Amino acid sequence: MAFATAIILAFAAVILSNILWQGWEAFSWRFITSRADQNMFDSQQAGVLQMIAGTSARVVLMTIFVMPIGVITAIYLTEYARKDSLLTNLIQSAVNNLAGVPSIVFGLFGLGFFVNFIGGNLDLILRPEQAAPYWRNPALIWASLTLAVMTLPVVIVSTEEALKAIPPGLREASMALGATRLETVIRIVIPQALPGIMTGGVLAVGRAAGEVAPILFTGAAYYMSGYPSHLTDQFMDLGYHIFILSTQSPDIEGTRSILYATVITLLLLTFTLNLLTILMRARIRTKLRTFH
Amino acid sequence: MSQTQIENAADHEKAEAPLIVTRDLSVHYGAVQALNQISLNVSEHLVTAFIGPSGCGKSTLLRCFNRMNDLIDHVKTTGKVTIAGHDIYRSDIDVVQLRKKVGMVFQKSNPFPKSIRENIMYGLRLHGMRESNRLNEVVESSLRSAALWDEVKDRLDTNALTLSGGQQQRLCIARAIAIQPEILLMDEPASALDPVATAKIEELILTLKERYTIVIVTHNMQQATRISDKTAFFYLGALVEYGNTQAIFTNPKNRQTEDYVTGRFG
Repeated sequence: MAFATAIILAFAAVILSNILWQGWEAFSWRFITSRADQNMFDSQQAGVLQMIAGTSARVVLMTIFVMPIGVITAIYLTEYARKDSLLTNLIQSAVNNLAGVPSIVFGLFGLGFFVNFIGGNLDLILRPEQAAPYWRNPALIWASLTLAVMTLPVVIVSTEEALKAIPPGLREASMALGATRLETVIRIVIPQALPGIMTGGVLAVGRAAGEVAPILFTGAAYYMSGYPSHLTDQFMDLGYHIFILSTQSPDIEGTRSILYATVITLLLLTFTLNLLTILMRARIRTKLRTFH
Repeated sequence: MSQTQIENAADHEKAEAPLIVTRDLSVHYGAVQALNQISLNVSEHLVTAFIGPSGCGKSTLLRCFNRMNDLIDHVKTTGKVTIAGHDIYRSDIDVVQLRKKVGMVFQKSNPFPKSIRENIMYGLRLHGMRESNRLNEVVESSLRSAALWDEVKDRLDTNALTLSGGQQQRLCIARAIAIQPEILLMDEPASALDPVATAKIEELILTLKERYTIVIVTHNMQQATRISDKTAFFYLGALVEYGNTQAIFTNPKNRQTEDYVTGRFG
């Protein structure tokens, strides 16, 4: 057991030190606060600010999309649905299967469903006169929605666990006082489950932040000059940028340092996003424990 | 057996005004029958005790009176339960109103992980009380009625889970009576408590019976004799014997009842 732990720690240390070693030189305040304009591959001038903005935006939007749907689904499954009905089993196995689908498949699904089908129909309905597609383009909203579908199982499963951990006696007490199921869910169940629900959020953010495949066809841009300002804009992304720097660079050796500096940035961003949710969760936990 | 039941029931109808009346009440959990054609009357302003070995259906019957059994999947209830003349299993009955009139205290004390004050206010707010003066008045009066006020009056805003087991159970009683029910159902309210806390709960039940009709499920035979006016003995989902507590314990008509109350089985 100690040996296994040592191996895991050793691997983590090797990976992290390798990244830090190769990227430290190029990683600087200037690097993360300047934009990549015409000089994407120039290790002296290139920055990653747009990519930070793009990745943050898609992760935040994804969280906004996935949390309500995931939490409501989990509440339906644990609080309302009959445990042995066909529908419940169908949803449960759908959730489990969804968790096992490779992320590139989600990327293709996002392209087919969100960009082409939803986007295409929005163009037909909202802009029937225009020939040029407006909604039917890769965009921030479609990438975020694709990621939301991908992380849905994570949110559903951890919310379900949180709900199951609440003593049934609390629900009974509430309903014996004349509360309806909905009132019980809103006033007793959700406040109690909040830390567990937020754990689901942390896991979803962690899973989505580093993913590239789902956004490849649904919103990520190779290069764009400004920042995404509309839901229909494309965006530059840290993960995708790492892919670009490592495969598209005219001078692989020359851009290696900014490649690894971008990796450091992505890791830091993921850690920061996780840390924020963890802090929020800790605050709620103390609030629940001491109360007032 | 059912002949005895009917006679028992008939006796009571003459004696006191029945508040809860069940007729041929049967409950099935899936294929398992938990209650078999129960007919009994519960009289107003008395403490009625349900006794019997585990799995005899006494808790199931208690949970029929506020329809808490509805929350369980695959439960099937047949027969009739009326409270103050209203058939509570009719489809147009408002379960929320029913549960307001029929409060319940559970075996395991289950205060909400909120402040003591919030615990009492929860039911009041559900039923539309908003004014904070009024809310605080009821908090005080219900805690006084539950004999808890003096112990908690200085820490109403601390989490209810910091109270001792006995205090938590009295808080649950205070929470139940805050919304002014007419009937209090108690499902082994003292089974998890030490003798001192149990004595307090029993004392409380005796004072509460002036205002409420109390139905209590208990495993503790001494407790039944101490606090109840009427006792019903259940065995394997059937009502075996029902009568004045004294009669049940000193002069039971049925052999099974006698064996159980003298401790020969169960």
